[in-house]
Parts: sequence; C-alpha cells; structure tokens
Amino acid sequence: MNRFLLRRFGGALFVLVALTVVVYAIFYVAPGNVAQIACGPRCSPAQVAQLSDKLHLGDPVYVQYAHFVQGIFAGRDYSGGTGTIHCGAPCLGISYQGDQQVTQLILAKLPATASLIVGAFVLWMLLGVGTGLLSVWRRGRPTERILTALTLAGMSTPVFVIGLLLIIVFCSTLQWLPFPDYVPFTQDPAEWGWNLLLPWVSLAVISAAPYARMTRASMLETLADDHVRTFRAYGVSERSLVWRHALRGALAPIIALAALDVGMMFGGAVLTESLFGIPGVGRQLVEAVKTVDLPVVVGLVLVTGFFVVLANAVADVLHAMADRRVVLS
Amino acid sequence: MSEALLVQEAGAATTAAPASGASPFWQRLRTQRAVLVAAVVVALLVLIALGAPLLAAIEGQDPTTYHPKLVDSATGGVPLGSFGGISAEHWLGVEPLTGRDLFARVAYGARVSLGVALAATVAQVVIGVAVGLSAGLGNRYVDQALSRITDVMVALPVMVIALGVLTVVPASVPRPVLIAGVIGLVGWAGISKIVRAQTLSLKSRDHVAAARLSGWGGVQIARRELLPALAAPVITYSVLLFPADIVVEAALSFLGVGIKPPTPSWGQMLSDADTWYQAAPTYLLIPAALLFVTVFALTVLGEGVRTALDPRAASRLPIGTSRKKSGKKSGKKKEAGA
Repeated sequence: MNRFLLRRFGGALFVLVALTVVVYAIFYVAPGNVAQIACGPRCSPAQVAQLSDKLHLGDPVYVQYAHFVQGIFAGRDYSGGTGTIHCGAPCLGISYQGDQQVTQLILAKLPATASLIVGAFVLWMLLGVGTGLLSVWRRGRPTERILTALTLAGMSTPVFVIGLLLIIVFCSTLQWLPFPDYVPFTQDPAEWGWNLLLPWVSLAVISAAPYARMTRASMLETLADDHVRTFRAYGVSERSLVWRHALRGALAPIIALAALDVGMMFGGAVLTESLFGIPGVGRQLVEAVKTVDLPVVVGLVLVTGFFVVLANAVADVLHAMADRRVVLS
Repeated sequence: MSEALLVQEAGAATTAAPASGASPFWQRLRTQRAVLVAAVVVALLVLIALGAPLLAAIEGQDPTTYHPKLVDSATGGVPLGSFGGISAEHWLGVEPLTGRDLFARVAYGARVSLGVALAATVAQVVIGVAVGLSAGLGNRYVDQALSRITDVMVALPVMVIALGVLTVVPASVPRPVLIAGVIGLVGWAGISKIVRAQTLSLKSRDHVAAARLSGWGGVQIARRELLPALAAPVITYSVLLFPADIVVEAALSFLGVGIKPPTPSWGQMLSDADTWYQAAPTYLLIPAALLFVTVFALTVLGEGVRTALDPRAASRLPIGTSRKKSGKKSGKKKEAGA
C-alpha cells in the first residue's frame, strides 16, 4: 500500500510539473506581444516596454520559465517603475489590470466556489445515488423507464439552460426566491443558503446523472453475481440484497467519481458562477479572459490543474482502499 | 450528416468485425424505438443545418438584416406582435432590439453548433486513436512517455483552457475553427486511454501474434488487425463526445468568448436573451429548447448505438435485471446500462 501511495503521488507530482510547462508554453511562448496582452489594451508603448522589462521578457524562454517556477516555490521580486514588489511563495505572478497578486486574488475567490460546490455536492449525491437505487429497486417497471429517461435528460441539459429557466420560474414569475446574490457564510448563514439554493439545484441536476447510471450499473452487476444468487436461494430478502450487498459494491466507483468531479469543479464551475453571479474562481477566470489579464488566466489554469491532479490521485487512493485489487495491478 | 457518417462507420465497423456481424447491430439498433425517434430528430436538425440558406430563402429572410420597424423603440426594442413577433414572414419572430429574423438565425446557428462539434469530435478521435495506438504498440519508453502526456491532458479542463487560449489568439483566426481545434487538441485523452487499454489486450491475442510472426510491421498490424476491433469502443465513445462538444461550444459562446457576432450561435443567443426574457420570452425559449433537444436526441442516439454495438451489455443486462422476464427488454430500450 505504501509503495502504491508513493508511486501514485510521485506520478501526480510529475503531471503537475509537466502541467506548468504546457501552460507556460501555451500562454507565454504563444505568438503575439505578451507584454502588450498582459498589460491590457490601453497601455502606452512606454508602459509596455517597462512591463516587458519587469517580466524579463527579453530573457531566453528557459530563463523565463525558471523565474516562473522559482516564483511558485520560493517567491520572486518584481522591480518596476514604482519600486520593488515582493511576491511571496507560492507566487503565480501579478495581475496587471488590478495590480494585485494572483495568489491572493485566487485565495479570496475560493470561499464562494467552495460554498457552491459543498451544497451542490450534497444534493447531487442524494439525487444521483437515490435515483440509481430507486431504478434498481423498481427495475423492470415503468418507474425505471421514467428514471432512465430523466437521467438522460439531465445529462443533456446544459447548466446555463436549466439555470436560466429556474431563475425565470422561481425569481421572476413566481417570485418565491430572490435573484441570487452571493452572501458570505460568515456574514449570514441563512441568507447564504437561501441565495445559493438555485445554483446548488442547477449544478446538482446536471451533475447527478452519471452517479445514477453508475449506481444502477454496478448494483445490477453485483445482483447478477453468483454469490447473490446463492443468497437469494437461501431466502435473503430482496430489500436486504439491494441495500446491504449491491449498494456496497457500488460505493468504490462512486467515491472515486465524486473526488474527480469535486476537483474539476474548483475550476470548472465557470458557467454556474457566471450565470448566478457568484464571485468565485470560475467567474474570475471569465473576467480575466474578458480583460485579457494573462497572469490571472495562467494562474487560474494552473490552480485548476492542481485540483484535478490532486483529485485524480485521491480518487485512485480511495479506490485502492475500497478495492485491494487495484493496488496489485 | 454526422448521423449518416456515424451510422456508416458503425456499419463498416461491424462488417469488419465478423464476431458481431452487420445484421445483429442493425437489428439491435432498430428494436430500440426511442433511438429511432432520436435518429429522426437528429436527421431533421442536420437537414436544417445543411439547408439553412435554402430554408431562409424560402422564408424570404436572412440572418443579418436589421428590421427596426418590427421592434418597439418606445419599450427599448421589444418585438411588436404576439409571441416575439411570430408571423408568416418571420416564422419564429424577430430578435429584440435589432429585429433580425429569428428563424434564419436559429437555422444558421445549427450550422455552427453541429459543424463545430463535428469537427471537434473528429479531431479528438483522430488524435486519441493515434496516440492510444502508438502507446499500446510502442516499446516501454514510448508507452511511458505517451501515457504521461495523456495524464497531463486529463488534468487540463477543456473549458478553462479554451477560455485561456481564446484570449491569446488574435481575432483574425476564425472562431469556429479555433474552438473546434482547442476542443480537439485538449480533449483526446479519454479516447486515447481506451484505445491504449484495448490495444494492450488485443496485442496478446493469437491473430495479432500470428501477424507479428509473419513479419508484419506495426502500421500494418494496426491497420489490418487492430483498427477493426477497436472500432466498436471508439464509436461508442465518440458518439457521446459529439453532444458534449455541442455543449462546450454553446457554453463558450454563452460566456461571450466563443462565436462572435454577427455569426449566429445558440449559446450566444441565450446569453443575449438573458436580459430579454420578461419582454420577449420566445427569444430565450427557442434556442434553449433547440439546444436541449439536439443534445438529448444525440445522447439517446449515442446510447442506442452503444447498446447495439456492445453485445456484452446487451446480453448481460437481462440477467439479473429483473426476475420478471417481460419487463427487462422495455427497461433496456433507452439504457446503455452497465
């Protein structure tokens, strides 16, 4: 097990290093005047030249990359016209639109994103696993067909379509809910939940489908196994078979998928956040893209990649803990 | 066109693989009623996309002409008439503010949606199969290197990278090509993993070993012995990639970084409609409904192809699915299962 852990996290570390190279290559070595892009459309040629100097854009690519990596692990100093700015590790650069450090910027956005994910996660697990369970339990009946159709429909609905419709129905037509406006949990927990209700539901509805399918598929697989047939022959009740034996078999893949999804969402809830105006990581990315704030974009891509790699590794380990055969292969 | 292509490919795949045979595939596909309905819907959408100029000409409109007289300037540009200005001249009404014909824009939008997604899917499949095959057939070092690259690609979320790349690339590069390219270049890791795993297991089969012993090269083995056997899993996966790519394009356009006006796109219309839904609800509902129907129909079709191609799923599902024999088949209809 220890060797497996070591190998898995060693692999994750390698992927992260490679990720910095890829991201760096895409965004800094790409054709075009990087200083001009990073500085923004309103910068004068003198400012662009100054920035180019500050970013060490005259240096060879590998030196630039070394500085970039150095910033992440040890911090770096930016010496500009207004004096030196120290950017402590992990330094992802400085936003040239807001003159803010990218690391601080992202950290400030994480609570809102985490709020969104936590609530949605609880809902989609209940919804997904519940749907899967119900369709196994009622298998072969109309309920199962309806659930199957609903699951496919959930898979096919883009989050911005369902979110828009929910806003129109509940905020505009029925006026049961306020137009979503993010309130931090520390400020007012009740308002926090009330305002996040629609985003949670939207995200949960579109995320639940794979869980429903996976729960159903692996439970059916277990129910078809020889040992379950033996149990059945011994007179174990159908309810006990479904709950105690089949559900247990479905847990490992569900946990692994959940870890992956949560990791992805730290950077991937872009649409939900933009639609509902949640000031999280995803909306920051869209804003950075619109204002052509290159350092922020690079930082966000890296952080997202980090979460995905981390989630991948965690998912593998969880999977291995639930199913020892994984360690051997 | 996508549908025709898929079916054609699927047919070719099964004739090439004697184990499953062409007729069981068609039989299994035909017996799924929901899939037939989905196929008809997809075919209609493809026709609308291909025939957009013709349909707009029949209607007598085009997607870019402004009709300021059809919107009420006093209310800020709400279309005149009921249901967003639906009339004999404007089948689906007109766009708020500009008065552009909605039907023409929706039909041309179908071209963008389906075209970009098709190109992206083809790119994903080509790159994924090439990388997966090379990793599976190459020596230890090639496999290691390619597998690590695949791991990195898995960690790159398509939406995030696409948002980033769309910032950097100058506006002179046409957006549809760029979006398809980015999706293709970033999103091939899933297919490549499947192809590699399949290749590794196929490599130990007797017919591949026989081919190797008779002196065939890697390329020849890949083409003659491996690709036919790989067709089923690759098609299964790619028919589900296609609707996902439609959503990515719509999402990027919805965020305002994808397809740029005046080229119409469903995602872009949805994001414009966000501010108009109270005054002109049809402007929002039409692209929303189209997007949903398209993705839903393609997903159902994909699931159907998957069920028909995967004899294991088809034969296994009835076992233990139910103790009642009659219920099983109906339950399986729309479901790819396992």
